Amino acid sequence: MLSALEVEALRLSLQVALVAVTCSLPLAVGVAWLLARCEFPGKTLLDALVHLPLVLPPVVIGYFLLLTFGTQGPIGGWLHETLGVRLIFTRWGAALAAAVMSFPLVVRAIRLALEAVDSGLESAARTLGASRLDVFLTVTLPLMLPGIVAGCIVAFAAALGDFGATITFVGNVQGETQTLSLAIYSLTQTPDGDAAALRLVLISLVLAVGALYASELAARRVRRYVGRA
Amino acid sequence: MKAADVPRLRVDTRRRLGGLEHRADFDLPLAGLTALFGTSGAGKSTLVNLIAGLLRPEAGRIVVGDTVFFDAARGIDLPVHRRALGIVFQDARLFPHLTVRANLRYGLERAGERARAPRVPFDAVVALLGLEALLERRPHTLSGGERQRVALGRALLAQPRLLLMDEPLASLDAPRKAEVLPYIERLRDEFDLPILYVSHAVDEVLRLASALVLVERGTVVGAGALTEVLEHPAAAALRGGTDAGALVYGVVRDHDPRYALSTLACGGFVLRVPRLALAAGTRVRLRIPAREVALALSPPVDLSISNRIEGRIEQLVQRPEPPAAAHLEVRVRVGPDTVLTAAVTHESAARLALAPGLRCWCLVKSVALHADALVLAHGRAAEAGGPAGRDGGPIATPTDHAG
Repeated sequence: MLSALEVEALRLSLQVALVAVTCSLPLAVGVAWLLARCEFPGKTLLDALVHLPLVLPPVVIGYFLLLTFGTQGPIGGWLHETLGVRLIFTRWGAALAAAVMSFPLVVRAIRLALEAVDSGLESAARTLGASRLDVFLTVTLPLMLPGIVAGCIVAFAAALGDFGATITFVGNVQGETQTLSLAIYSLTQTPDGDAAALRLVLISLVLAVGALYASELAARRVRRYVGRA
Repeated sequence: MKAADVPRLRVDTRRRLGGLEHRADFDLPLAGLTALFGTSGAGKSTLVNLIAGLLRPEAGRIVVGDTVFFDAARGIDLPVHRRALGIVFQDARLFPHLTVRANLRYGLERAGERARAPRVPFDAVVALLGLEALLERRPHTLSGGERQRVALGRALLAQPRLLLMDEPLASLDAPRKAEVLPYIERLRDEFDLPILYVSHAVDEVLRLASALVLVERGTVVGAGALTEVLEHPAAAALRGGTDAGALVYGVVRDHDPRYALSTLACGGFVLRVPRLALAAGTRVRLRIPAREVALALSPPVDLSISNRIEGRIEQLVQRPEPPAAAHLEVRVRVGPDTVLTAAVTHESAARLALAPGLRCWCLVKSVALHADALVLAHGRAAEAGGPAGRDGGPIATPTDHAG
């Protein structure tokens, strides 16, 4: 039914998106917390930095990543020399690019959810003997869950669809960094590739609709869990 | 009242908030229900938040029993979660993602040492507040009254040393209020737990409280036993006007069906009042307005007034504000705990040469003590015949009144 190439691109896309979302989630919760609840010098700068991927051309982000995480870059070089990890031209690099591109979306969603949590409930929990960490884990986090789920779904979709940053940073290596978007791009560049490209487009479509449906379902369940439905 | 072994609540704080300087300085025994009364925006909730640790005073001290909550001079500021208070907020604040049972257990599970031998056991609270049928439900399926009952239970189960209730009934409509009030009375009477009850509702304060803290424009202007503080000018709203008067505690002794009168034993003297629909032995509070009290310097004869209470003048008070300025208020001690107030014109006071120390008789017409004067026992807003009236157990004043 699906060709080996299609299965490969699909699996790679899912893998990259999943790794990107999973790894960026804790950081996103932390950053959202800082932005929503804390006052500190440089807060505006952090806010702007987080939102950069949203306003800069993806190619520029990819280029930045290449400069920092390439084998010659300050971080990439260190990773390569001390841990033997290489990010460029690998799926891990693709996941990093997808994570960076989707990061502002996750942070925004979680921050909104955090701001919607009634701080009165948190102080009530404090008066009932819960420490700050306890309150976060047993009250704040569960109540943020709808926002976290929504953020994850949006981020997942964004990560699946990234093109510019990925191709600039990790290239278009079939079987390693060639996600669905990149595969479609490649096929449209090949003579007689239209039919194959169309099949991949359909796969993307099914994936997108499926993700939307799953998110709706998850959101409903979570809302019921937190008692808002 | 001065027993040294009764733990005390000592508050002496300053805090500027919203352009208002909040000042509190009072020292009360931690016993029974103390009402924190004042108009909306007077700073009652600020005071609760200061005691709870949700707000930090700029200066001062807060000591509950033998625990120092806050001491600016010594740099002590006990974290909120170590203060072991139970707080019932106006808006219940139940955790929406937890069942009623898990909500109730939230504080209990974090009470540590105090939960090992709970003074307030889970089953007792569930039974007292009638929560059995609600345990597996989620807060959003509860009515306002049910929510507030769960919030009460949750705060109780945290095994607090002091229960703070911040206008727990203010967000409820009258029937819901009548539903919850008897539960508050019951927990006040059944668990030996001091309660600080914030309210701007006159009927709640008079029905529930044995002590009073008056707050006006951010400042605590009076604190002490209800009978004393009630005569403070800022408590005018509680007295039902600017009229002076005296609060008298009594017990229904018997009824006289022949003349449709009841007799109240008031510690040192008796009062005959129009027949009350209360069982003998019921404790009541009675407010005797100053304008219903006349004075005589000798035991009167040939007089229709049946209540003649002997006493000694303690004080003559001249209130400056217009309606009260026309007369003098004469405070007459008639019992160890009771001071009656009589409103007397300047002319009469001069004619009788009223002065502190003078022996006199207070004359109170029985018909003046109609049911209105007794609202204090019932709580006027208890919607006579409503669920509160039937269900509230003894329509009683706190039993802790030294009598």
